[in-house]
Amino acid sequence: MNKGAQSILALAILGLMTGTASADVIKVGVIGTFSGPYALFGKNFKMGIDAWVAQNGNKVGNHTVEFVYKDEEAPNPAKSKALAQELLVKDKVQYLAGIYFTPNALAVAPLLEESKTPLIVMNAATSAIVEKSPYIVRTSFTMWQNTVPAARVAFKNGAKKVAIAVSDYGPGIDAEAAFKKTFEGEGGAVVEAVRIPLATTDFSPIMQRIKDSGADTIFTFLPSGPPTLGFVKAYLDNGLKAGGVKLMSTGDVVTEPDLPNIGDPGIGILSTYHYSVSHDSKENAAFLAELKKGGASLDEVTMTSVAAYDGARVIYKMIEATDGKRDPAKAVDAVKDMKWVSPRGPVSIDPATRHIRQNVYVRSVAKVDGKLINKEEQTFADQPDWALSKQ
Amino acid sequence: MRTIFSIMIDAVAYGMVLFIISIGLSIMMGLMRVVNLAHGAFAMIGGYLASYALRDLGVHYGVAILIAVVGTILASIPFELLLYRRIYRKSDPLIQVLMTIGITFFIIGIVNFIFGPSLKPIPLPQTLSGPLDIGFRMLPTHRVFVIACGIVVALALWLLIEKTEFGIKLRASVDHSDMADALGIRTEIIYAATFALAIGLGAFGGVVGAEILPIEPFYALRYMVTFLVVVSVGGAGSILGALSASLLLGLADTTGKYLAPEFGDFFFYLSVIVIVFLFPHGLFGKAHA
Repeated sequence: MNKGAQSILALAILGLMTGTASADVIKVGVIGTFSGPYALFGKNFKMGIDAWVAQNGNKVGNHTVEFVYKDEEAPNPAKSKALAQELLVKDKVQYLAGIYFTPNALAVAPLLEESKTPLIVMNAATSAIVEKSPYIVRTSFTMWQNTVPAARVAFKNGAKKVAIAVSDYGPGIDAEAAFKKTFEGEGGAVVEAVRIPLATTDFSPIMQRIKDSGADTIFTFLPSGPPTLGFVKAYLDNGLKAGGVKLMSTGDVVTEPDLPNIGDPGIGILSTYHYSVSHDSKENAAFLAELKKGGASLDEVTMTSVAAYDGARVIYKMIEATDGKRDPAKAVDAVKDMKWVSPRGPVSIDPATRHIRQNVYVRSVAKVDGKLINKEEQTFADQPDWALSKQ
Repeated sequence: MRTIFSIMIDAVAYGMVLFIISIGLSIMMGLMRVVNLAHGAFAMIGGYLASYALRDLGVHYGVAILIAVVGTILASIPFELLLYRRIYRKSDPLIQVLMTIGITFFIIGIVNFIFGPSLKPIPLPQTLSGPLDIGFRMLPTHRVFVIACGIVVALALWLLIEKTEFGIKLRASVDHSDMADALGIRTEIIYAATFALAIGLGAFGGVVGAEILPIEPFYALRYMVTFLVVVSVGGAGSILGALSASLLLGLADTTGKYLAPEFGDFFFYLSVIVIVFLFPHGLFGKAHA
């Protein structure tokens, strides 16, 4: 090799080593469930983000924003941590976002401070997640947020003895604690509390146990996906509904894509949730129209799309505030107290907890124009996360 | 008392699903000495075909089951001709395990590519969905259907293997392959038919059991351990063994879930350990030379 070629090679190597820093593309790593039983919710992350980008462009100032997607698949903390590391080291992302499952979010949290990366949680709903790092902001919901209104409504509707059945992991235990505390505070009694392993697919024995406890109402939380459908079907088919036992849940159990599979027997199931696809507002109508324009089927829309849509808004605001520089403290400060009208209703980021404040709606499954929807009947306005805030 | 009856019925329904899927595996292992780790993958193909037939072609549930069983058998023919045929009764377990687990991954990849990663529901017809009043409790109608299917499968298999000419030839080929060959029994045809039977039963179980074991691409791996456990507890190749193992394990699992749901699969595996400790060849298994 002659001398000229050698120096060109050296220059080329130098150029490759420094080249990555010059292009002004800000990457956002999105970790979501893109395969496996929970794939629909990861798909909704992408639908929500795509809708935001379609409406607002992929540029903030003169910075181009690029979203990189990774598949968390299942509750698998080790894998999610590896994915986050890959995004940080290899893809050099400036923001992390997404995350469906609590254990996965908890595994990613310790990486944030060292790498100076904000994380916008778009689903994982255990209260304590935002306390694991000052760089976490959440645009979804928490179990406490949705469950406290559920307990109040259940008591007001005349429930005396409640059986609680939850998935045996972070959010389930949160839901159980929130319901028990609120419901007993109101003066009701909890006669049974079942914790169901996450991998359960056959709920008949659980139903039998609840029936034997003599409860008049079931409160349940399971992560949206195949188990929730199995649970509701077991509730209907084992004759608990026919026997007069009411079902009260957070909206996770009656997501809109599952309603056709639950069918008419599900009419009347009560739930409390922060977003219904049928929510009547011009923001929601515009949001759904945008999703449809992006090629999504409206039968597939779930709460994760709206959390991702609002999450993308938060990320854009962060990029604007830091002018594209890696400055997590400034980025997070910029979105504290942020207020806007989301497709789900008016929301704001609570400056003390970095968790979203929002309306929680009481809905019942109803048939409107031949289609099953979650019909909003009552609103609990501006709900904080009841576990984190002291008010 | 009523509670005990209720648990028993749930246990029998779960056990029957295990039985219908596992019996095919048991036949393969007991009669052809093939540890077919791809059995779950074939059951899964059955589930996918049924789901496709019901949701996209809009056929009747019964027709969908037929499409699933026949379709899965057709899909398995190339595997039989090119691969399985070489390992019947002969090769060492390592080759079998490597080959069949390879097939499993292959099928998972293909299914994921064609049908996508999400869960595929198998909608039940009106007559099979909803609750059924059986006097002392309400029961999902589908569970009654599953129990009936299990009984029919067990009886039909017993008749087939014990009472028909095919059964006699099959047992002859299994016990003394070379002698059967010498007597003019076309053993390769017997084996191919048995293979088709095993795969068909797997596909059938995949469809009727989809309410309890939902169909998704990793079905093939996720429930394979359970199926293998049933075979090892029951003893390979024994219909009675697979049936009693399925019912016993179904009972352990269901009772465990009722009494202490937070323990998860603990009781299931505890009973497996105890049974295999007491009966190393399974409840009704024979030690192979």
